Amino acid sequence: MSTTDIIDTLAGIEPGSALDAIRARRLQARDNAQKSYLSLFEPLDAGEVSLAVRAAVAVFVAGLHGESPVSAFYRAKLAANADGAALVEAIEAEIARGNTSGPYGAFPAGPLSIENKAGLIYRVSADRKPVLGARLVAALEHAHLLVFRPRDAASADIKVLLAAGWSDTGIVTLSQLVAFLSFQLRVVAGLRSLGASLGRPASAAANA
Amino acid sequence: MSAASTVNPPVIFTQDELGWVSWIDPLPEAELTERHFAGLVDRSRAKSEYFRLLVRDPEVLEARTKTDKDIFYNTADGLPRAERELAAAATSRYNGCIYCASVHARFASTYSKRRDDVQRLLDEGIKADLGERWNAVVKASVALAATPIAFGPDNIDELRRAGLDDAEIVDVINGASFFNWANRLMLSLGEPTK
Repeated sequence: MSTTDIIDTLAGIEPGSALDAIRARRLQARDNAQKSYLSLFEPLDAGEVSLAVRAAVAVFVAGLHGESPVSAFYRAKLAANADGAALVEAIEAEIARGNTSGPYGAFPAGPLSIENKAGLIYRVSADRKPVLGARLVAALEHAHLLVFRPRDAASADIKVLLAAGWSDTGIVTLSQLVAFLSFQLRVVAGLRSLGASLGRPASAAANA
Repeated sequence: MSAASTVNPPVIFTQDELGWVSWIDPLPEAELTERHFAGLVDRSRAKSEYFRLLVRDPEVLEARTKTDKDIFYNTADGLPRAERELAAAATSRYNGCIYCASVHARFASTYSKRRDDVQRLLDEGIKADLGERWNAVVKASVALAATPIAFGPDNIDELRRAGLDDAEIVDVINGASFFNWANRLMLSLGEPTK
């Protein structure tokens, strides 16, 4: 089990740095973001969601956010999994197909409908379904929905997962996985930006 | 799923109290074990349909809950609670989570005493002019919520010009990022009801 804080590592936060000291003031959040990562990617009992499927979904979700230290990290994790390495190429190809900008989607019909924004309704390519398998295909399509158009999510999307062989508890784990990654990617991106700005006076930057 | 037939979904953003109905069966209260109660953190959360659903994966729920509490409730230093709640409300407004926005807009109003400004965020959306400091927090939260993530040096400069120090900026990053987690659970596992 890893003892290195994954957010600090991916954000490039060095022990003893200014950001390390700031992070230490929210120690419970820091420790439990780490425990969230461990309970999703190194669970005591993976149950019905294999470590390879978890890593494959993570590569897809991180990749949809663009190339970053986070996407490289999960790609290496999938490649290191005995059942996952064969999936890397297919997932990379699906990231390219699913690439778009969010959030978009529809609000409940009414005054907010004016803010509805149409966009890609992603489906895995037919060619890649055999290598990915029905459960992972459904998971990737659901992950794309959650990443880019979470407000479109409906009870029908749960039924699609159930029909593909996901259980109620498996769907909770899958949802937590995608939602946690949405958090982790943003904390890392935010801290990296802040870290890069340190030592650069705001006034100078403002005048730039 | 049967409860869905009784749902009366809100069609606007509101500070009113809303209910939330799960699309997946939560665990029955009677079936909760000590492992589940550890996941719930507060035993009283066993009354909530949402938490009894998430407790199907108790270790993840426990870690998530403790992350949430420290980011929002640890106000010994750093960003005032009102502005952490503003980051949560703005993120929810942008992602489109009417339920999350209702809860955290209410908290933002309670802690800031600026209920009308909070309501303008809900009514007018993320472009509402709420003054320099709140505008900077809302804009940073929105940039973080975008996919690909649009947060960058301009947001940091803007937050600094509005008077936030680095520790407060980290609280904005944590609070806004956390709601990208919360919004996706609330939006995809059930729906709000009036």
